[in-house]
Amino acid sequence: MQLAVLSGFVLAAFAPLLQRWCGARTSLVLALYPAALALWLLTQLPAVMGGEVLVFSLEWVPALGMSLTFLLDGLSMLFALLITVIGTFVLIYAGGYLKGHPDLVCFHVVIVAFMVSMLGLVLADGLMTLFVFWELTSITSYLLIGFNHTDLEARKSARQGLFVTVGGGLALMAGLVMLAIAGDSWSLQELLSGGEVLREHALYLPMLLCLLGGAFTKSAQFPFHFWLPNAMAAPTPVSAYLHSATMVKAGIYLLARLHPGLGGTELWIGILSVVGALTMFTGAFLALRHTNIKKLLAYSTIMALGTLTMLLGIGTEGALIAFVTFLLAHSLYKGALFMVAGILDHETGTKDVTAMGGLRRLMPVTAMVACISALSLAGVPPLFGFIGKELMFESVLEVGSFRAIIFLLSFAAAIFTIAVAAIVVLRPFFGERRETPKAAHEAPSAMLAGPVGLATLTLAFGLLPVLAGTGLLTAAASAVAGEPLTVSLSLWHGINLPLIMSLVSLALGYLVFRHWEWLRGNLARLDPLFAHGPEAGYENLMDGIVRVSEWQTRVLQNGYMRNYIMVMVVMLIALVGNSLLLRHAPEFAISLDVQFHEAVVAGLMVMGALFACISRSRLAAVASVGIMGFCIALIFILFSAPDLGITQLLVETLTVILLILVLFRLPRFASLSTPLERVRDLVVAGSMGVLIMLLILTVVDSNQFVPVSGYMIENSVPLAHGRNIVNVILVDYRALDTLGEIFVLALAAIGVIAMLKLRAPKPEPKSAGKGQGAKESADG
Amino acid sequence: MVKSGTIILNTAARLLMPLQLLFSVFLLLRGHDEPGGGFIAGLVAAGAFILYLFAFGVTATKEVLRMVDPRDLIGLGLLLGTLSILPAWFVGEAFFTAQWWEIPGIGFKASTPLIFDIGVYLAVLGTLLAAIMTLMEVDKDEP
Amino acid sequence: MEPLMALAIGLLYATAIYMMLRRSIVKLVIGLMLLSNAANLLIFTSAGMTRGAPPLIPEGALAPAGQVADPLPQALVLTAIVIAFGVLAFAVVLIRRAYEIVKADDLDKMKDTDT
Repeated sequence: MQLAVLSGFVLAAFAPLLQRWCGARTSLVLALYPAALALWLLTQLPAVMGGEVLVFSLEWVPALGMSLTFLLDGLSMLFALLITVIGTFVLIYAGGYLKGHPDLVCFHVVIVAFMVSMLGLVLADGLMTLFVFWELTSITSYLLIGFNHTDLEARKSARQGLFVTVGGGLALMAGLVMLAIAGDSWSLQELLSGGEVLREHALYLPMLLCLLGGAFTKSAQFPFHFWLPNAMAAPTPVSAYLHSATMVKAGIYLLARLHPGLGGTELWIGILSVVGALTMFTGAFLALRHTNIKKLLAYSTIMALGTLTMLLGIGTEGALIAFVTFLLAHSLYKGALFMVAGILDHETGTKDVTAMGGLRRLMPVTAMVACISALSLAGVPPLFGFIGKELMFESVLEVGSFRAIIFLLSFAAAIFTIAVAAIVVLRPFFGERRETPKAAHEAPSAMLAGPVGLATLTLAFGLLPVLAGTGLLTAAASAVAGEPLTVSLSLWHGINLPLIMSLVSLALGYLVFRHWEWLRGNLARLDPLFAHGPEAGYENLMDGIVRVSEWQTRVLQNGYMRNYIMVMVVMLIALVGNSLLLRHAPEFAISLDVQFHEAVVAGLMVMGALFACISRSRLAAVASVGIMGFCIALIFILFSAPDLGITQLLVETLTVILLILVLFRLPRFASLSTPLERVRDLVVAGSMGVLIMLLILTVVDSNQFVPVSGYMIENSVPLAHGRNIVNVILVDYRALDTLGEIFVLALAAIGVIAMLKLRAPKPEPKSAGKGQGAKESADG
Repeated sequence: MVKSGTIILNTAARLLMPLQLLFSVFLLLRGHDEPGGGFIAGLVAAGAFILYLFAFGVTATKEVLRMVDPRDLIGLGLLLGTLSILPAWFVGEAFFTAQWWEIPGIGFKASTPLIFDIGVYLAVLGTLLAAIMTLMEVDKDEP
Repeated sequence: MEPLMALAIGLLYATAIYMMLRRSIVKLVIGLMLLSNAANLLIFTSAGMTRGAPPLIPEGALAPAGQVADPLPQALVLTAIVIAFGVLAFAVVLIRRAYEIVKADDLDKMKDTDT
């Protein structure tokens, strides 16, 4: 199972190769992958419908208890089927829509990768697995929105989508970690069975807020809804797939998944139902401002996502049944409508609904599909969308808290949605024929297969709700509820309040449609208001981040070497000094066990350093540093480190040679600082010196740690066959360190050679030949 | 900048260089038991060449080195150092585990740490020679 | 001996930092040399200083006779000495090249990337 899903990534990697073999049929070949997965899922359907939870576990690092576990219950099944079935249609559709596009290969790679990520997301059992797949969908979505990468708008929208969803992803990660801490497990299955513990945990509030932050950004809930309409810069197959049927529902999936564990509290109900209702209204209302068919659909998607969130928030049995029904219905009709929008764009060359008209004779099939799907969107019987909407109204009437607000918002949203549905289908297909940029004709069969398939499902599920209702939706609703539920859907419930609401909203919706032009004109006057909306907030935030980073670069990365050193030294003094003086009051005994010659050597060493400091001659300074180095060698020899002594002696000699070679190429010493700067530097340097002194005194005096070298001394001869323990450490015990060190040496040498021998060609006309010569001599 | 030296320096360098090189090999081989080892031996060997360099100049030193470029020495040293960690792998032990082989006849013990130490020797020698010879060469080019 | 060394190393650090804070690039190099030596001594001294007991094992013995100096810091310092030389070589050549190009010995004048 895991392998079947993850093999999709391999498939994505090989898509370019497939392109070479199969040419124009690549999309069809790739579509076999989700189709096969969908078939496999269907074979598992009976088990899942029986209420079973299928677990597929693959040990990964058993020693660390890491495994890749997939979980298949009703909810996962519903989502996985949506992803694979719509994915199949979208791939077929994309083959026609993007035919001959130079970047079709990239598209295939990314969309298949996205499909796999999405599947992984809805199937994952481990929280971290879920998070990784979640982020993968964000990244692939970024690549897909920015598919037309030569378009500035598309790039900007892609970046916006990425920032918003990944920002939410960060919150999500924090939430998931808190969830794991609270429930003491990383497995969703285990966590959700212990809902009480989670709901009463002290971390419940921050955990819930973080998780909601992740879900709301991903699913474009108010006030994060603005990225979704902008994401319509993506090619239409992407919009149909990611931005209506799958990715934006990832947040909804997460909420539904966590509902048994976290849902049902006052907080959950309050936030979800109010935010959901607000989103619903915002989406439906803002849709009316637009004439671009994709934007219209995008806003109505926001409305649908809001509905789903609200239903989860209400959380009664009826609401959950409404939730799964509405989810399925929306994916079917919205996917189809987006594809229709793509066909219109592709065949007429415009996305503006006001520029189209009377296309039904030219594109009968498309018009048919559009009618069915739009009627489903509007919630007209006998389509599946009607059932979803009836159930939605029913649950809104059951709401306990915030009833008035939720009722009003959702009723208004329903009216506007009906208007949107009318606009989307009546404008382009009916009315008088209008000239479009391209001569319109029916779309090729590849592009029709998807919408027709989805519309058929819409119609079938509407006429025979049993098909969907009893099996899959029951299982899904039970998984969301965390307890067995029974779903029985039917078209006719008798004359009751929801039906009346449906009828009234239909009538009012049609009224809104009739006066759309007038309404849109008036709404345009509100434009200044939108300059202060959430999107403006996002822009301001981004500008602010840029400004802050500019400011801190100016202050910290100012290019003055001494400032860098100063900052580092002062921080070091502050941090080390803090723990040295405040945490462990320095305790030490000063024993003056010093022999005369040792004192002389140490004194000479310090003198050398001090003289190097005050000398005005470069040569004298180098010489006195040399004296200091030789004194250090002596100290090494006096205190039982012959190897060190020899090394220091040799290196000191070579250092002096090196410096003499370079020194005369370097400027003389110069006094550049003001006296005040000198005093400041002296204070900093002096404090550092005192700190180091105290540090050594404390360290030498402490006996807190047993030296680790005992083992090395004992085993030097028996195991390593060497009597010089220092050398044994270098070449045997800690050979890896030494290996790293000779690599560093080699790098330094390469750096020296490169800087001296490889010169940038001088800006002269004949410089090319010269540069070549320098390069050759470096190679030779 | 650095001109060829005096007769005394020349003669001394000519005589001392082979001795110093021999001494460096001695230090390298005994390093596992007595003070010495790859780092020290590499520094001594570099000292030998640098003395010669000061006495006779870059061109002459390059002739002494013949085909061997200091940069090749660095590469060889790194290669030996890296290769010496592999044998343990073939006998099924962890990387870096020292392997010892007795060479029959002379009773000399060969081992991966020795190979490693030779690698260190060559890398240190190559680094120093490369740095200093390049510096002197550039100085010669731009008086 | 350690208290005396602590004082000496403290002074070494102070001189090193003072030199590194100068604007003259040659002084920066001198500061770098002082700092690396001071750091080596710091590690060496922190392990405690022992007279006349190098970490060598007599021929034929399995372990050193009596207490010897801790070999581990010595091994660390040994490589550090050689590395410091490599870094120094790199630094002086870098400064040499920078001086050739910028023709200024004032570090404050080397704050732009496009010269």
